[in-house]
Amino acid sequence: MSSNDWPLWEVFIRSKQGLDHKHAGSLHAADAQMAIENARDVYTRRMEGVSIWVVESKNIHASNPSEGPSLYDPANDKIYRHPTFYKLPEELKNM
Amino acid sequence: MAEEHLERIFQDKIDEEIRIEPKDWMPDAYRKTLIRQMSQHAHSEIVGMLPEGNWITRAPSLRRKATLIAKVQDEAGHGLYLYSAAETLGITREEMIAQLHSGKAKYSSIFNYPTLTWADIGAIGWLVDGAAIMNQVPLCRASYGPYARAMIRICKEESFHQRQGFEILLTLSRGSEAQKRMCQDAINRWWWPAVMMFGPSDESSPHTAQSMQWRIKRFTNDELRQKFIDVCAEQCTILGMTIPDAELKWNPEKNHYDFGPINWEEFWNVVNGHGPCNKERLDARIKADAEGAWVRQAAFEYANKKKEKEQRKVA
Amino acid sequence: MPVVNKKKDSPIQDPSSGFMEPFLLHLADNALILGHRNSEWTGHGPILEQDIAISNIALDLIGQARNFYQYAAKKINEYPDRVVNSKTVTEDSLAFLRDAWDFKNCLLVEQTNGDWAKTILRQFFFSLYQSFLFEGLQLSADKQVAAISEKAAKEVAYHLKWSSEWVIRLGDGTEESHNRMINAIDELSKFTEELFIPASYELEAAKHGVGIDLTLIQPRWKEKMEAVFEEATLPTQKLKEKLWQGLFGKEGRHTEQLGYILAEMQFMQRAYPDSEW
Repeated sequence: MSSNDWPLWEVFIRSKQGLDHKHAGSLHAADAQMAIENARDVYTRRMEGVSIWVVESKNIHASNPSEGPSLYDPANDKIYRHPTFYKLPEELKNM
Repeated sequence: MAEEHLERIFQDKIDEEIRIEPKDWMPDAYRKTLIRQMSQHAHSEIVGMLPEGNWITRAPSLRRKATLIAKVQDEAGHGLYLYSAAETLGITREEMIAQLHSGKAKYSSIFNYPTLTWADIGAIGWLVDGAAIMNQVPLCRASYGPYARAMIRICKEESFHQRQGFEILLTLSRGSEAQKRMCQDAINRWWWPAVMMFGPSDESSPHTAQSMQWRIKRFTNDELRQKFIDVCAEQCTILGMTIPDAELKWNPEKNHYDFGPINWEEFWNVVNGHGPCNKERLDARIKADAEGAWVRQAAFEYANKKKEKEQRKVA
Repeated sequence: MPVVNKKKDSPIQDPSSGFMEPFLLHLADNALILGHRNSEWTGHGPILEQDIAISNIALDLIGQARNFYQYAAKKINEYPDRVVNSKTVTEDSLAFLRDAWDFKNCLLVEQTNGDWAKTILRQFFFSLYQSFLFEGLQLSADKQVAAISEKAAKEVAYHLKWSSEWVIRLGDGTEESHNRMINAIDELSKFTEELFIPASYELEAAKHGVGIDLTLIQPRWKEKMEAVFEEATLPTQKLKEKLWQGLFGKEGRHTEQLGYILAEMQFMQRAYPDSEW
């Protein structure tokens, strides 16, 4: 790899006002401004977005998958966090 | 953990249809196979821009010109999605492109055929994109997460390509004698190369069994090829054109079309660099990359300069 | 200004009365020819991301061209005496069946792509011009012109941002990129003056509130251009070279480049006349 290669950026797109930004993919750009413009051209050609975030891939810190069980399993038995835990009569609508 | 144990966890996940993500443990061979397949796929998108790009400046109407640009541009996007997905496996885009330019990495042989008339743009859309979609739809469920996600995006966008191609041919098939001739001629030239796009038949396909086990392939080459031929044989009647295969015939017992022998000698010739346009295609890519080098460097240096300036301001 | 000769059997008679048709064709031709030029990059860009970007700009421009051609065709078809051999005029007959002397685009847009520096500079000069033009035309007395311009202005704002940033990047990038920008300035600056010299139909259009007074936007164009050049560390005094006075693209007197573009672009319609595509 030559030293002049443009860094990799991760692209997050808000598809509609009111929704979260969602990871769309990645691309190469020389700087943040260019990354946003490239993201517009690459990932919103079909009007997929109203807002774009970019972050240089090297600045993303990821959890280690082997620690997965300790990070996520505890939530497994907290089913009371999920709406379906609560038994309610069928007649009750829109809750 | 012992490699053997990791490998079992890995295969269990795959069997349970749990996607493998970049930081998960994976066998080396799986990683290598993915890099080979994904980069080959990305290269195909990029090289594939060339035969069609040929006709952008000669497109016969403004509508066709705009839709062709949009299509070729989509292919650039698809190449980009795939390169990015492959980069999660620890290879850079530059490395992949260098492999393409050195001839180490392959791309789909179909793009080594020339686009001689406007009808070729239609035939590529109908047959080549049609075959590609058939290959790609199962990949939306590929076991490697970034690959599957890239493919979902690609398939969503790809659907307009095939329709665009068929519409071009349909218009020609209803046009003047010259247009009909053009249409048939393009089908004649693109049919067999498209049929060969599914790769060698199963008995001589070295990677199929392992790739099926790893779920980066879900159907064999021959299964997909049969499906493609069945679909096209029907669609061709709408065009009122002929598929250039005298042995093509519906077989009610098999519930499939029978078709004639494939010229595998031609296939291997083109794969090994002796097709009609192998050199032109690769030369064009190498030239674009070389002529872009100073542009990429300038942007890189400018970005650094700006960063330094900002840091000095802060300090 | 000398009148350009017209072929008698040209499918579209020049509407010598009325400024509307030539005015619309001028706007359409500008966009088509630059869109066509930019699309020559598709598949050959310096990096994938920028290949996509320049193709997007090509698409925007061809979209603008189609809007103006379609409107021009509608206008022309309103006058049956202008329609030859009972063939209705369409966006495609306007784009593909006129010869170079009927094209009214500025000379700047027909110049060859050259390297990325020349393409970028051509885009910057033109987008900057278009940004002021459409800003004014959004208020055109002609509702359709105003509507098309409003849409186009949004696209152009992005083209201008994109190309300005590239001018700065290349001007202030490496020694090589700087020198290439200087070469581009040498080659293209002489074509910028024409942008602000009104053709007769532009004067008429301005008089009727349909077009704008180009002399008003020239200083604004120059000011903004110089600001970008300054940030790009590029010299502005280079922009003084004069153009050969016989040339005036807006009135159909073009450089040699346009003929080659048309030969390629119009080939299908010429080889297979009267066909549906």
